[in-house]
Amino acid sequence: MSNLFDLLVAGLATGAIYALVAVGFTLLWQTSQTINFAQGEFVMLPAFLMLAAMHVGAPFWLAIILGILLSMILLGLAFKMLLVDPMMRHGVLPLAIATMALAIGIKEAVKQFFSAEASPFPSIVPTGDISVLGHAVSLQSIGVLVVAILAVFGLTTLLNRTSLGHQMQAAAQNPTVARIIGVPVERMILLTFLINAFLVALASLLITPIYLAKFSSGEVLGQAAFIAAIVGGFNQVRGAIAGGLLIGVLDNLAAAYVSTQYRAAVPMIFLIAVILFRPQGLLGRAEERTV
Amino acid sequence: MSGYAKPLKIALGLAVIAGLIVIPMNFNRYGLFILSQWAVMTIAAMGLNLTLGYAGQVSLAQGAFVGIGAYAAAIMTTHGWPLPAAIAVAIALSFAVGWVLGYPALRVQHHYLAFVTLAFSTLAFLVFRNESWLTGGIYGISGIPRPHFFGIATNKPLPFYYICLGSLAIVSLAVWWLIRSPWGRAFMALRENPLRAQSLGIDTRRYTLMAFAIGSALGGVAGALYAPLTQYIDPVPFNLSLSLDLLMMVIVGGAGFYFGPFLGAMIAVLLPEWLRFTEGYYLMLYAIAVMGLLIWSPTGILGILDRHMAARRTKAASALRAVAKSRLETAQ
Repeated sequence: MSNLFDLLVAGLATGAIYALVAVGFTLLWQTSQTINFAQGEFVMLPAFLMLAAMHVGAPFWLAIILGILLSMILLGLAFKMLLVDPMMRHGVLPLAIATMALAIGIKEAVKQFFSAEASPFPSIVPTGDISVLGHAVSLQSIGVLVVAILAVFGLTTLLNRTSLGHQMQAAAQNPTVARIIGVPVERMILLTFLINAFLVALASLLITPIYLAKFSSGEVLGQAAFIAAIVGGFNQVRGAIAGGLLIGVLDNLAAAYVSTQYRAAVPMIFLIAVILFRPQGLLGRAEERTV
Repeated sequence: MSGYAKPLKIALGLAVIAGLIVIPMNFNRYGLFILSQWAVMTIAAMGLNLTLGYAGQVSLAQGAFVGIGAYAAAIMTTHGWPLPAAIAVAIALSFAVGWVLGYPALRVQHHYLAFVTLAFSTLAFLVFRNESWLTGGIYGISGIPRPHFFGIATNKPLPFYYICLGSLAIVSLAVWWLIRSPWGRAFMALRENPLRAQSLGIDTRRYTLMAFAIGSALGGVAGALYAPLTQYIDPVPFNLSLSLDLLMMVIVGGAGFYFGPFLGAMIAVLLPEWLRFTEGYYLMLYAIAVMGLLIWSPTGILGILDRHMAARRTKAASALRAVAKSRLETAQ
């Protein structure tokens, strides 16, 4: 079953990218009840920012840094201050709709100002294969996995082992009490937006060499991350990681063993089953009902 | 409100209806197509407004029901059935599927419900695309005939526009009646406080399913008109973004307001057309307009009007109170 092994590795690599995006998604939900329908476009945009930086002559490493910084300013700071802050107190739905409009806006802006065609994007990992347990595995997959695991590991360490991380968790779980005990809740929320922007920029850097930079590539990715977040548990970072890996593997296996036509259906059916039988997600806590 | 408000409203309504009938007579083919599309999308958005705005059940699947209706109509009319029969089948089919989709709503609420319906929407799209023996797959169904009514062919854009407008009028009256009936009140009770509705003896289970089924059936009606309007359908227009667009129409117009879908569909269908002179920028400007509007008024366009009227009413009431108080004081 060498085929199965290859599928698993490829699935884990895409899954790791989904996980990065899904983690950011759950962070936004936890701290500010933002369901970000533009998350896929958030992943699409940084690649174009990096391409633009390279276009004006910056070397690749500088373009990456500039791209990540610009993403954090645009998709973190500006997104929070201009869209989320004014709408947060009006409930989940209007804000979710506004992010849908934002998704259209980002897509159209990229199409208009960059290109409607797919552009190639340099990879941070060299191409080629190495042999693992007698199987040829592409360096790309391994590189993606390593970077994603490092990022997730860094994030969980930040959240669970540092005072800053504890403050962020407190701000997410109970803002009122957190404020009373002196946690700067506003700053913590801003921090989660910046972290999300960093994660999507990283995901962009990892996935774009594989799927090319295209204005519409956010749609599929956003949906996959969305499903990963729900399947794993909307209110748990580790749930989103597990969900991402699971959806990545499931997607690859479905393409090989179910049918290419209905491959997209498998995660959907899985999603419906999870919501109906375990709405809090595979690893999530049950939410208290508000009514 | 003062005494002249009601006749004024009726006069305004009649003027709008007369305008919708008379003005398009001079429109060109494309203008009539856009206006017909507005009428069709308004019907679909009205259905979603029932489910979401009145009964409080989030659905991201309305586009799928438009698709179900469109395919039902396309398949039947290309096989020689008359359009009214196709509309009846579209209604029955979307009603039944909508009823089944309502079952998850009995178990999960809010964003979870949105995700289930989102998944359903994607599944429906895959069925449209892959079951080519029925739906023609990616090549779609072409040559969908337009109906003859009372011996008049509606192949020309203007007669078919009147069919869309007439259907919109019928649906509007039906929805108007529905939300004023005990059913409509039960829907609103469901939205405001399901627990309380239940303790008042409302069968919340049945009404939740009904809210989904009726809202979806209207989506089916819209689809059954969409197919002969475009005369060609393929799966692409019925993907998730149509559901998102319809949701946007309802929220932007004002969820839970009767006229919300009319305005929301106007913004979503007509605004991009008006902005077309900006060429590549029109969808960008549209997105910015929607975001700006929602930041200004999260309850949509009619939310602005509603707040304005509520403020006027409070002002009037406090003026009356002040008068009454001063009278009391002088009497003492």
